[in-house]
Amino acid sequence: MMRWIEPALAVALAVVWISPLVFAVWAAFHGVSDAINFRLFSPITLENFRTAWEGAPWLRYFFNSFLLVTTILIGQFVLATLAGFAFAQVQFRGRDALFTLVLLQLFILPEVLIVENYRVAANLGLIDSIIGIGAPYMASAFGIFLMRQAFKSVPKELDEAARVEGCSLLGVLWRVYVPAARPTYIAYALVSVSTHWNNFLWPLIVTNSDSTRPLTVGLSIFGAPENGVDISVISAATVMVIAPLLLLFLLFQRQFVQAFLTAGIK
Amino acid sequence: MSHANTPDRQRRAIHGWLLLSPALIMLSAFALYPSVATLWTSLWSRGTRRRPSEFVGLDGYRQLLDDPTFWKVVSNNLIYAGITIPASMVIALTMALWANSKMPARSFLRTAYFTPTVLPMIAAGNLWLFFYTPSFGILNKIGALFGAEAVNWLGQPDTALWAICMVTIWKEAGFFMIFYLAALQTIPPDLREAAEIEGASRWTYTRRIVLPLLMPTTLFILVNAMINSVKLIDHLFILTKGGPSDSSKLILYYIWENAFAYFDRPAAAAMTVLVLIALGALAAFQFLVLDRRTHYR
Repeated sequence: MMRWIEPALAVALAVVWISPLVFAVWAAFHGVSDAINFRLFSPITLENFRTAWEGAPWLRYFFNSFLLVTTILIGQFVLATLAGFAFAQVQFRGRDALFTLVLLQLFILPEVLIVENYRVAANLGLIDSIIGIGAPYMASAFGIFLMRQAFKSVPKELDEAARVEGCSLLGVLWRVYVPAARPTYIAYALVSVSTHWNNFLWPLIVTNSDSTRPLTVGLSIFGAPENGVDISVISAATVMVIAPLLLLFLLFQRQFVQAFLTAGIK
Repeated sequence: MSHANTPDRQRRAIHGWLLLSPALIMLSAFALYPSVATLWTSLWSRGTRRRPSEFVGLDGYRQLLDDPTFWKVVSNNLIYAGITIPASMVIALTMALWANSKMPARSFLRTAYFTPTVLPMIAAGNLWLFFYTPSFGILNKIGALFGAEAVNWLGQPDTALWAICMVTIWKEAGFFMIFYLAALQTIPPDLREAAEIEGASRWTYTRRIVLPLLMPTTLFILVNAMINSVKLIDHLFILTKGGPSDSSKLILYYIWENAFAYFDRPAAAAMTVLVLIALGALAAFQFLVLDRRTHYR
């Protein structure tokens, strides 16, 4: 008897945990009156998706989100690679003090600095642009820290061998360190993409037109009470928005979890 | 290579600064400068068309301390932290212990627990609308089965903040679970065997051996959870907008409201400074207390 209680509780918790998602997916495929009355065996319909799709420029939002995460990722890769390499392998005075300064950004969150970051973005003419949404996140202390750790574990012999063959500093970085840190790049990419695909507050503040709004902002506007869309249509829109990342996650679950672990454990 | 070689050292310094400069420029523009500017802005009065903004020193802070909404928001945020942090950590640990045991549906458990982590908070808000909406919400339907009266979870001050907390716990627990899971997997199995030979119960083993070994992970998660209790506010935009009558309003939301809805930048800046001080204290705690021994080597 006792042996079954714990597994039963574990499964019950799991069911509770995915129930909001499962219910939304179910509701998205059913008419609103069927959904709110829990008619489990009512007919399946795609009407909600059609209504949702026609209610907002989703294709544009998808494209914006895609452009946004790509821009941020490229920026982060370049900046974190260069800075992480400097912190890991170049000896110079003041390095450790600088590193502490960089680490401070782990706590001075871009999310909290919205008031003045908005002014900086405005002064640089970045309001309502994809670059404007991405800029505060590009020099990420977290990414710099991650790449520094990865570069530190590269064997010194590889570095020296490449130098003996006449590689420049950047050449060594590009031919030796970057390939050796591949797993870290993949982990960082997964964490970065899922963070910024899901980010909301800053994109909400910086964007003011459909030509730059990412999916999260689009979804919040679409589902606003003033729009009067019913809960089944909201579900359909929500399912549409989360589907790409969710599918990616379900397919590459192991890599995702591993990525968050690599990123989290220091 | 000779280490005292001056040109060599100079070259390395130039290389170092060149490599760092792009990151430093971006950090200065979007972290350091805005931090200083926030402090500066908070010392000025709110300018209107007729009366330009003038330097008022700490008056803005005094006004803030006299603002009852500010105190309401601070206490809300403390409750928010006080509920979501312990709850999500305990649930995360339970999840990890289960997902790490030899249960039949282990991989299903992991997936189910972790899935909320990959969803945006905005989407989470939409999903939970189904549970909270008074007329057809699932919570009320379940309650009705037991004869409970329908509750307007998001519409009354007594429950709105709790409803917000629930979504956050749901979103965070699975994320924290993976850190516990990873730590559990590093505990050598001999310890468990030894405990069994000594006749220790599973509870004793968990409490006396597993929990102390998980301590560094717990502290790491704690710091992250504290940061998140400032940061995770997106679902407010969907579920309550901070209402009813500010009962579920959190600090960051109030900062946003001040800056971008009421256009009172100095007030928003003053609050931001206070939040930065709190986060700074947290950073000092992490660097000076937690990381002294192992990390950042």
